[in-house]
Amino acid sequence: MTKVSMTVDGVRYDDDVEPRMLLVHYLREVGRTGTPVGCDTSNCGACTVLLNGLSAKSCAVLAVQADGAEITTIQGLANGEWHPLQQAFHEEHALQCGFCTPGMIIAAADLLRDNPHPTEQEVREGLEGNLCRCTGYQNIVRAVLRAASEGAPS
Amino acid sequence: MTVTTEIGKPRARKEDARLLTGQTNWTDNIVLPGMLHVCYVRSPMAHARIRSVDVSAARSAPGVIAAFSGADFAAEQGSLPCAWPVTPDIIIPAHPPMATDEVRYVGEIVACVVARDHYTAADALEKIDVDYEPLPAVLDMEAALADGSPKVHEAGNKSFVWPFAQGDIEAAFRDAPVVIERTYRQQRLIPCAMEPRAVVCDPGGDEFTLWSSTQIPHVLRFLAAAVLGIPEQNLRVVAPDVGGGFGSKLQVTAEEFLGLLIARKVGRPVKWTESRSEGNLSVHHGRDQIQRIRLAADSDGRLRGLSVDLLADMGAYLMLVTPGVPLLGAFMYNAIYKMDAYSFTCTGVFTTKVPTDAYRGAGRPEATFAIEHAMDDLAAELGMEPLELRKRNWITHEEFPFTTIAGLTYDSGNYEAATAKAVELFGYDDLRKEQAARRASGDPIQLGIGISTFTEMCGLAPSRILGQLAYGAGGWEHASIHMLPTGKVEVVTGSSAHGQGHETAWSQIVADRLGVPFEDVRVLHGDTQVSAKGMDTYGSRSLAVGGVAVVGACDKVIEKAKTIAAGLLEVSADDLEWTPGRWSVRGDPEQGRTIGEIALATFAAHNLPDGVEPSLDSESTYDPNNFSFPHGTHLCAVEVDTETGQVKIRSYVAVDDVGVVVNPQIVEGQVHGGVAQGIAQALYEEAAYDAEGNLLTTTLADYLIPSSADLPTIVTDRTESPATSNPLGVKGVGEAGAIASTPAVVGAVVDALRPFGVTDVEMPCTAQRVWRAINEAKGGAR
Repeated sequence: MTKVSMTVDGVRYDDDVEPRMLLVHYLREVGRTGTPVGCDTSNCGACTVLLNGLSAKSCAVLAVQADGAEITTIQGLANGEWHPLQQAFHEEHALQCGFCTPGMIIAAADLLRDNPHPTEQEVREGLEGNLCRCTGYQNIVRAVLRAASEGAPS
Repeated sequence: MTVTTEIGKPRARKEDARLLTGQTNWTDNIVLPGMLHVCYVRSPMAHARIRSVDVSAARSAPGVIAAFSGADFAAEQGSLPCAWPVTPDIIIPAHPPMATDEVRYVGEIVACVVARDHYTAADALEKIDVDYEPLPAVLDMEAALADGSPKVHEAGNKSFVWPFAQGDIEAAFRDAPVVIERTYRQQRLIPCAMEPRAVVCDPGGDEFTLWSSTQIPHVLRFLAAAVLGIPEQNLRVVAPDVGGGFGSKLQVTAEEFLGLLIARKVGRPVKWTESRSEGNLSVHHGRDQIQRIRLAADSDGRLRGLSVDLLADMGAYLMLVTPGVPLLGAFMYNAIYKMDAYSFTCTGVFTTKVPTDAYRGAGRPEATFAIEHAMDDLAAELGMEPLELRKRNWITHEEFPFTTIAGLTYDSGNYEAATAKAVELFGYDDLRKEQAARRASGDPIQLGIGISTFTEMCGLAPSRILGQLAYGAGGWEHASIHMLPTGKVEVVTGSSAHGQGHETAWSQIVADRLGVPFEDVRVLHGDTQVSAKGMDTYGSRSLAVGGVAVVGACDKVIEKAKTIAAGLLEVSADDLEWTPGRWSVRGDPEQGRTIGEIALATFAAHNLPDGVEPSLDSESTYDPNNFSFPHGTHLCAVEVDTETGQVKIRSYVAVDDVGVVVNPQIVEGQVHGGVAQGIAQALYEEAAYDAEGNLLTTTLADYLIPSSADLPTIVTDRTESPATSNPLGVKGVGEAGAIASTPAVVGAVVDALRPFGVTDVEMPCTAQRVWRAINEAKGGAR
């Protein structure tokens, strides 16, 4: 067991974990089950979180590698009211089953941090590491463009 | 006064709030006191006899509570059910949830470990020793049917032959001026719902609660009770938030049955969550058919007859509706076209691969692909514009209702209107001109135009017809309404949603019918303790069957309210008139009671008419009298780089007619997603096996579902021909996009390459396949 300490959605956790434990499993174990696991090869991006402000697939990070980090999951993104991306996803019907949504929104937040005014093609390319099986991505792209036009903070 | 315009409103969805903020209830999120974790050993061999399974070392590993092999369940596990014995002499092999003496596909379960946590269980799998005696793999359907083929099952490799014929097919082909003969291949697909399956089972006392990532909690409850002998009243099945299905969770699985059996054995709650690679090896696959098509026509293009000879890969076993899936296409090959005769034969073939079963469209995408491809081929043969050929043969809007050669009665539609709209949005004529110019100039980037004037049958289904087709259940759906004392409404539906937006659409229906605010309606589903009756969600049936049941329940509430309102107002019920939300006295509209006031008065029950029970609640079970027939015209333009084989979708127009639309935003989303899945079949996806029967596409790194960068922006529009077979006028939209788009895309690829002599490109039309097709047609290297 190895000691880790990290802040997840504003709450500090100190725990002993197996060195092999994936960050996503650790997050789910401390009750942040809003972040799901969709694959085992880091292709789908459902588990994407912000790790020290940058998007990371939490299935491709060991919990011990996140020692000392600040993590934001989908459950910590809203600040009293919904994040503009959450609002835009709702209004543009950018989710159906919703399983990819946490990772998709977090990845989009990082995309807009990096490029606050992307073109449609830049959104499409920027989100290609996050797979969705329901929407065909069209409304996801619309939602991200809408949030960008409304000046979404990252 | 009240809301009356909910139908047709693009309401943002009620279910979004929890999904957007991570307050979700996926099965894998469930944690119960004392819960243990299950992992399965799966066969690494496509076909083998199991000589022995030794779980003793795993059992004694630290943290392991139990380990089992098939022998431990032999007396109680029964056989996974096939609910669709399509012919009297069909071979339905025994299918134990945990194999006992033989395995028939890579991924079949042979043993399990139950441990205190998932990591410990996964570790202990390696301590289980299985001794296999290899048997020959059977992978190719035609080889499987040949004399002397190794057998998948002792009874043989042919499960069934299902023939169907209408009209004089001999006469139709005799002396026909034009006959097109083609063989198309529907590749094997993996559904890949984003949420991997998970099962949690709690054996509390003498009752069981089973949570599963399933589309069909009611069917699962019935069949688990029937097969495993658990008294049905003691079994609660819950489908919590379910992350997509596309047919893959329209199944009764080994893991669900074993979850119940393991929980009963260890006396504690157990959880199993699959990994994606485990899922690709064990969730049922889709399609996998060889289609031999013959189409006879007059020289002016008028269709005379169509003959379809189908080989359908069942995989190793028949699962819930495996044999019925290709037959759902039997009634659709004739599509929107008139013809004199039709014959269809389907042979179900066993192979040592993952069983196949329903995947978005289930039989209808295959049929639509084949007929639309054949129509293009016929047009090319005749030198006719392919849209013109379709116009010469399709049912015109004046001809509805129209009984097709396959015997279905299409109630409504307007193929001319949908096509005209699509042609205009697409800029069809300009694109044809550009195509001609590129052909003339020998441009290495050739333009292709694909056409899909499709229809489908939805709203499964009239129970009587399902009975005639030997299906094991009915096609009704159930709904109930609870009027709460504060005037709010609880709606319980038997349709179990997993992304479709039932909570929103059903709220709109109830708000419209009862005249209550949209916000005041709560929709409950997916838990047999709350929703005891249901036939669940598949086949684009939820709105056209389940939504209509909700209407029926609303109407009963309104009738009950009438009697009670009459008593409260001290007038005759005959003197009352209903405006949404309110019963009032005819000619004196000030005198009235809202539905909320009536609900409160009914709750108090102080002043009800004699003999009236103090309840406004209602239930309704709706059995449709016909299928519904959405249709549309999808047009796709592709650019094909003839030097590299690369295909790029340049534009895509989808004009759909799904009847009356309850929520246009949801309908558009369903079309987007369906089209994306059909494009995925056309261009990207294939479940590939090696010569030994190992699945090569076990992960999302190998099985390439398209990303946002791979898909085009789809232009959508609608025409609206209300269904006449149900009071909402709705038809269903869940599968339309997936049915329509595959032939449009492949048709466009082939269209681009016809000048090279290419008549088909096998799916998925990857750059390599396209490049090879061009070179082969030129007589060059493959």
